[in-house]
Amino acid sequence: MRRLTWFNATSLTLGFAFLYLPMLILIIYSFNESKLVTVWAGFSTKWYGELLRDEAFIDAALVTLRVAVVSSTIATVLGTMAALVLVRAGRFPGRTLFSGMIYAPLVMPEVITGLSLLLLFIGIGLDRGILTIILAHTTFSMAFVAVVVSSRLMTFDRSLEEAALDLGCSPFDAFRLVTLPIIAPAVISGWLLAFTLSLDDLVIASFTAGPSATTLPIKIWSSIRLGVSPEINALSTIMIAIVAVGVITASLVTKRASLRQQAEERAAAQQA
Amino acid sequence: MRRLALIALPYAWLLALFLVPFGIVLKISLSDIALAIPPYTPTLDFSGGWAGLKSFVSQLDFENFVFLTTDDLYWKAYLSSLQIAVIATFLTLLVGYPIAYGMANAPDHWRATLMMLVILPFWTSFLIRVYSWMGILSTEGYLNQLLLWAGLISEPLTILNTPVAVYIGIVYTYLPFMILPIYSALERMDGSLLEAAEDLGCSRLTAFWLVTVPLSKNGIVAGCFLVFIPTIGEFVIPSLLGGSQTLMIGKVLWEEFFNNRDWPVASAVAVVLLLILIVPIILFQRNQQKQQEAEG
Repeated sequence: MRRLTWFNATSLTLGFAFLYLPMLILIIYSFNESKLVTVWAGFSTKWYGELLRDEAFIDAALVTLRVAVVSSTIATVLGTMAALVLVRAGRFPGRTLFSGMIYAPLVMPEVITGLSLLLLFIGIGLDRGILTIILAHTTFSMAFVAVVVSSRLMTFDRSLEEAALDLGCSPFDAFRLVTLPIIAPAVISGWLLAFTLSLDDLVIASFTAGPSATTLPIKIWSSIRLGVSPEINALSTIMIAIVAVGVITASLVTKRASLRQQAEERAAAQQA
Repeated sequence: MRRLALIALPYAWLLALFLVPFGIVLKISLSDIALAIPPYTPTLDFSGGWAGLKSFVSQLDFENFVFLTTDDLYWKAYLSSLQIAVIATFLTLLVGYPIAYGMANAPDHWRATLMMLVILPFWTSFLIRVYSWMGILSTEGYLNQLLLWAGLISEPLTILNTPVAVYIGIVYTYLPFMILPIYSALERMDGSLLEAAEDLGCSRLTAFWLVTVPLSKNGIVAGCFLVFIPTIGEFVIPSLLGGSQTLMIGKVLWEEFFNNRDWPVASAVAVVLLLILIVPIILFQRNQQKQQEAEG
């Protein structure tokens, strides 16, 4: 069914140009000498230098990383537990409410999540800072982990676990030695998703961060509200580069793994 | 026992950090603004016992919700958010479908790479992707420079800080959400169906409308919901690209809270926004369930 080739080629070219040109322009102009971002005045890396000397940016980046690592790790544990409950626990009182609370954050506007959490933190007198951002990020990203892990658990063959139990494993050992290694790719992608969501979040962090903690998106936000800035172009380039390297490496690794698996299956088939 | 702990921990977390905060929003939306810390009244005080609770409840009223209907700003913002979301979803479909179609018809060994190219922007910062358009669309921006240089226009166009810029921003940032479900529907399609349609005398275009489009309907519906639902409450795009001309409810809520410091009205805005969102969310869930049943 490979036809309309010129049409397909044009739509793919235009489509990917639309997706990538804006970022490409951003990257090119991050090497612009001039402070006037829209006028090219020669190649320079001075904005990278300025950025790395700007302590406010470095501090914000460190706060963001700490929040993202801690919140995505807690969210992965809680989200995996929630997925096990959703797929395995059967009926229990309050199950509907539970699954509702799991899926709701996926579609909740960020302004509402942020507002409601802020009102909670003020209501119980918790000082706003890194801790409150971590609590907020964990809450909304555990839903994403739960969805990713539960879709893997649904296709999981339970007889493997039952075999482990029959062979004398305790339920915890069966989970640790059989289930966990099998769902591990989903758990890892859940963690990565939670990590990225946390790194990326502006709205919820703005509500739940006090004056004592500024994350990178909040810092970026306050510098770009007034217009384009060359330092932010440099920062964007660095962030895009990190993501690109990460995603390309991940896809190469999965590709190699699936090739190896195919080869093994072929070898096994030949032996049999 | 272990099962109980497994359920209890995530359950307790969600109750405390998801459900209780909503109760608080609902409660504050029924309170009055006050020059105090926290800036609303009444505050719930359990020391008053039953009588205290009764007087607390009696002080709650729907004043803020009435206020939302009397002040033009709010219902206009709700309507314009819905309008922008509908138009933007349609535009995203128009841009996304041909890309998904092209991907589904691309040679097999390209597909993994094309998939990665669609997913990659999703992992990059949303804020930066929106920001990248500010330099392109501004009056001195790259687009105007290009058009002036090509002689297509004699005066720079004003695009930044208009609804057009908001549409561009939404289509750009939500495009992967539209492409992926449509692509997965198209990829599963059996190509011989098209051949059969053509053997039976359909032109290619008719075959596309009568065979391809209906078979990718589930992907189209899913993609549209995935763009429509988050767009309604969008804050970053209208704030950075829309300027003062674009009215969207997420922005109104933010300004009510941070600039006017009117917590009760901000809470009421949130409650109404949630009520509006419930309809598309339920429709979306039904659609997903129907699809799962059809596949399972």
